[in-house]
Amino acid sequence: MGLIALPIGFCAAIGLILAANAQDTAMYVHGLMFFVGSILAGFWVIKSTTGAPKAAAPKTPEGFNDGVVRAGVIASTFWGIVGFLVGVIIASQLAFPVLNFDLPWTNFGRLRPLHTSAVIFAFGGNVLIMTSFYVVQRTSGARLAGNWSPWFVFWGYQMFIVLAASGYLLGVTQSKEYAEPEWYVDIWLTFVWVAYLLVFLATLWKRKEPHIYVANWFFLAFIVTVALLHLVNNLTMPVSFAGSKSYILWSGVQDALVQWWYGHNAVGFFLTAGFLGIMYYFVPKQAQRPVYSYRLSIVHFWSLIFLYIWAGPHHLHYTALPDWAQTLGMTFSIMLWMPSWGGMINGLMTLSGAWDKLRTDPILRLLAVSIAFYGMSTFEGPLMAIKEVNALSHYTDWTIGHVHSGALGWVGLVSFGAIYYLAPRMFNVTRLYSVRMVSWHFWLATIGIVLYAAAMWVSGIMQGLMWRAYDGLGFLQYSFAETVEAMHPFYVIRLIGGLMFLGGALIMAYNVYRTAKGDQRTEQPYAVSNAPQAQVQGAVS
Amino acid sequence: MTYDNVAYFAQTWGLLYLVVLFAGVLIYALRPSARKKFEDAAQIPFKED
Amino acid sequence: MIDHGKLERNSILMVVCILLVVSIGGLVEIAPLFYLESTIEKVKGMRPYTPLELAGRNIYVREGCYNCHSQMVRPLRDEIERYGHYSLAAESMYDHPFQWGSKRTGPDLARVGGKYSDEWHFTHMIDPRSLVPESVMPGYPFLAKTEVAELDMAAHLRANRAVGVPYSDEMIANAESDLLAQLDPDADGLDGLQQRYPGAKARNFDGKSGAPTEMDALIAYLQVIGTMVDFSVYKASDNLR
Repeated sequence: MGLIALPIGFCAAIGLILAANAQDTAMYVHGLMFFVGSILAGFWVIKSTTGAPKAAAPKTPEGFNDGVVRAGVIASTFWGIVGFLVGVIIASQLAFPVLNFDLPWTNFGRLRPLHTSAVIFAFGGNVLIMTSFYVVQRTSGARLAGNWSPWFVFWGYQMFIVLAASGYLLGVTQSKEYAEPEWYVDIWLTFVWVAYLLVFLATLWKRKEPHIYVANWFFLAFIVTVALLHLVNNLTMPVSFAGSKSYILWSGVQDALVQWWYGHNAVGFFLTAGFLGIMYYFVPKQAQRPVYSYRLSIVHFWSLIFLYIWAGPHHLHYTALPDWAQTLGMTFSIMLWMPSWGGMINGLMTLSGAWDKLRTDPILRLLAVSIAFYGMSTFEGPLMAIKEVNALSHYTDWTIGHVHSGALGWVGLVSFGAIYYLAPRMFNVTRLYSVRMVSWHFWLATIGIVLYAAAMWVSGIMQGLMWRAYDGLGFLQYSFAETVEAMHPFYVIRLIGGLMFLGGALIMAYNVYRTAKGDQRTEQPYAVSNAPQAQVQGAVS
Repeated sequence: MTYDNVAYFAQTWGLLYLVVLFAGVLIYALRPSARKKFEDAAQIPFKED
Repeated sequence: MIDHGKLERNSILMVVCILLVVSIGGLVEIAPLFYLESTIEKVKGMRPYTPLELAGRNIYVREGCYNCHSQMVRPLRDEIERYGHYSLAAESMYDHPFQWGSKRTGPDLARVGGKYSDEWHFTHMIDPRSLVPESVMPGYPFLAKTEVAELDMAAHLRANRAVGVPYSDEMIANAESDLLAQLDPDADGLDGLQQRYPGAKARNFDGKSGAPTEMDALIAYLQVIGTMVDFSVYKASDNLR
C-alpha cells in the first residue's frame, strides 16, 4: 500500500500545482478535478486494503479478475447513452439552429467534438477495455496481471474522458479531429495507455495455452498502434506550463497528412481492429461454433494492419497534398477492401450451420447484423476513396452517413452484443432480465441506422450535385445557402433515426440494470429450433 | 533523393518484396501440415468460462 | 521467413512485428513530405500572422469553426468559380494546426478574406439568420462582449517560433503593442506593425469603441484568410507536384 500511495500523492500534488498556477479557467478547473480524483483514489485504496475482505469467493479456479470487467459493463452502458444523447442534441441543432442557444458551451462547434469523443473514446474505449480484459483472461486461462494496475487503467481512462469532455465545453481543443484533447490530457492518456499495454501483455505472459488466440492479436495491434498514432499526432509545444493552449509541432500540409494518418487509423485500429477482436471471441461463443477459418484470420490480420495505415490520404483528395500521396492513399484504400471482407466472411461464416439460431437468439442477431454492416461500410469506404467519387462525396453528409453506418451499425451493434453477453455473467445471474427486450433494442437500432444512413446518402449526394450544378447560361445554379436549405428535411429524418438508436440503448440500460439486480422478466421464451445442435468440432479451419 | 528515384525503387524492389512477403504469409497459413494446429487454436475460446 | 508459430507464442515478438508492419505505410507517405522540396510551392507574400490575427485564429479553433467550414478550395471548376483560386500548400505553411477541415455544413472559408465587409461579419456573428435566413450557423454574440483577455501574445509567438514559424525577436518584443496598433489606424505603432507584417490591415474591426474584443480578433483573422499569396506572380506550371 505504501508503494501505491506515492504515485497517488504525486498526482494530487500535480493537480494542485496546475490549479494554483493556472493561466486560464480550463486549467484551473482541470487541476482541481485531477486533485479531487487523486484524493478519491487514495481513499478508495485505503478502504479496499483495510476493509473487511470480500465474502464472494472466486468462482473459477483461476480466480479471474472480473471486477474491472463488471465496472466496464456499467461504464460502457453509461457512456453509450451520453454519447448518443449528445449526438441527438447536435443533430437537432443542425435541423433547428435555434437550439444552439448561442452560448459558448452549447454551440454546435463545441458539442460536436464532445459527441465524437463520447461515442468513440468513452463508449468504444470502455467497451474495448472491458472486452479485452475479459477475453485475454478467458483465452489465456490466467488472471489479469496486477492488482491495482487494471483498476488504474479503468479509472485513469475515466479521468481522461472527464478531462477531455469538460475541456471541449470550456473551449479547450487542438482542433485535430478525434484528437482534440490538449497536451496535458494527452500526457495523462499516454500513462494510462502504457499501463493498459503492460497489463494486457503481462496477462499473456501468464497464459497456460502455448498459442495466443487470434482475438488477442487484434487487441494487441489496436493497443500498440493507437499508442504510436497518439504520440506522433500530438507532439505539441505548450504556450506555458500551466496553460491549456499549445501549438502542434507540424504545420499545414504535413500536419494535414499526420492528422489523417492518425484519423483514418483511429478508425482502422480503434474502431476496426479492436472490435474485430471482440468479434473473434464473442461470435464463436454465442454461436457455439469455432471461427470459420483460423487460417483466413492469419492472412487477413496481417494484410489488414499493413494496408490500413496507408489509407489516410484519401481524406485529402484534391487538396494541396501532393498528388503522389493522394494516389498512394487511394490505391491502398481500394486494396483494403479485401482484408476487410476477409474479416466479414470469417465472422459471418462462423454462423454457417447455425443460421437458425438467428431466429431465436437476438444477441447473435445483433452480432451477425453488425458484421453485415461492417461488410457494407468497408465496401463503401474504398468506393468513396476513389478520387472521382470523392470529388462528389467529400465535404458532404455522405461521409457522415458512411461513418455512422460503420459506427452505429458495426461498432454499436457488436458492442451491444458483447454487453448483453457479459451482463448476466458479470453479475452472476443465470440469464438476462429480458431476452425479448434485446429484440426490441435490435429492431429500434437497426431501423434507426437505416433511417440515418439513407437520409445522409440522399442529402450528401444531393448537396454534392447542387454544388456543381450549372444553369443554361453557364453560371453556378445554386447559392450555398440554397443547398443548406435543401438539407433540412433530411436532417429531421436523421434526427428521428438517432432518437430510435438512443431509445434502443435506453432499453439496454434498463435491461442491464434489472439484470444486475438479479430480476428476471416473465416472458415467453423464444422457441428453440428442433434442428440437431451444431457440432463444435469439425468446422473448416 | 528525388521523387523519381523513390518511385522507381517502390515500383520494382518494393513491389517484389511485398509480393514475396504476402506469398510467405499465404504459404504459412495454408500449408496442410498445420491444419491440426489451427483447428486446436480455434477451440481455445471453448476451454474456459 | 518468420515462423508464425513463434509469433503466436511470443507476445513481445508479435508487438515488434506489428510495429514494423504498421510503420511502413506512415514512413513512406509522411517522411517524403519533409524532404521533397516540391511539397510546398514557391510563392510571394506568405508571412506569419500578426498577434491580433493569431488571437483571432485561436478563437476560430476554440469555437470549433473547422467542424463546419473547410479552408481548402479544390482545383475543381465549380469550386474555383464559387470560392476563388484553388488553395496552395504554401498558404497554410505557418498554420499550427492546419484548418483544412473535412465537412462543409457551411461554405469554404479559404478565400473569405476581403469578400465581405467588417460590418457584415459583425452582424453575421451576432445573428447569422438576420443576413442569411437559410443558415444553420450558431450565433456568437458573446464574442462581442468578451475582451481579448490580457493575453500574453509574446508567449504565443514564442511557442510558434519553437515549432518553426519565423517570428523574430522584434516581433515577439512588440507583440502586445502590435496587437493594439492593428486596431487603431492612427496608432503610432502602425508603421512598425506593417513593416514587421507586410500588408497587415489595421482598423477598428468590430466598429465599436472601447477595449478590443474577441470579435475584433476573429474578424481580423477572417479578413486575412487566403489574401497573403500574390497570385499575379504565381506560376502553376513551376510548381507541378
